[in-house]
Amino acid sequence: MLSCKDATKLISQGLDRRLSLVERMGLHLHLLICHGCRATEKHLVFLHEAGAAWRQHHDLPSTLQGDSK
Amino acid sequence: MTPDELSAQLHELQPRLVRFARMQLRDDSAADDAVQEALLAALENARSFDGAAAAATWVFAILKNKLIDEFRRRSRNPVVDVDAEVALGEQLDEQFDARGHWLTPPSAWSDPGASLEQKRFWEVFEVCISGLPERPARVFGMRELLGMETEEICKELGISTSNCWVLLHRARLGLRDCLSRRWFGED
Repeated sequence: MLSCKDATKLISQGLDRRLSLVERMGLHLHLLICHGCRATEKHLVFLHEAGAAWRQHHDLPSTLQGDSK
Repeated sequence: MTPDELSAQLHELQPRLVRFARMQLRDDSAADDAVQEALLAALENARSFDGAAAAATWVFAILKNKLIDEFRRRSRNPVVDVDAEVALGEQLDEQFDARGHWLTPPSAWSDPGASLEQKRFWEVFEVCISGLPERPARVFGMRELLGMETEEICKELGISTSNCWVLLHRARLGLRDCLSRRWFGED
């Protein structure tokens, strides 16, 4: 069974890469029984979405990916 | 656009550019220099813009590249604030018992979506990011504020992917704590 600490690492990495099947299953099982980690997942997803909202708040272009060359 | 039209447009854009650069660089004079360079580069290309929106997108893209150049330059001679990073790591570890389980499980925030509409929320958000040690704050900023991919960030900063993930994990949990305390009113 994953510890909460390891679960938070997977939640964070899940925002940056595709987790493996084993990782996703382990995390899923952990989240079913752990409300602290479920809250954490919502918090981190919120932070992830807040970045795009931050650009919007400051009226910055929504895509900063464009190549300037 | 004529150079005059563009110059009026850039004048209007400047405060946003400055804010954006200062948030990323945490060094006001370096940020102001980067903005100046981006504005000059835009002026030199005035004729190539069809309209204000194109100019704004272009100048932000230029500025982003200037910031990345600066990050790259700094990562060659990194000033790692070891004490602050260790303190952040310890602060996070203290939330867990020896087996890695929550001592006090975090609880859900009430209606976080509504916060995004509030000007005061963004002030707290920025204060919380600025309160993180430099490297986690920078990696978080590149990932979530600039919207860069992790691989690109690691490459620019010359750090390993796993190091990038560790920094992002710490930055996110640190930011979560700061917002819980300072905005969502748990204490």
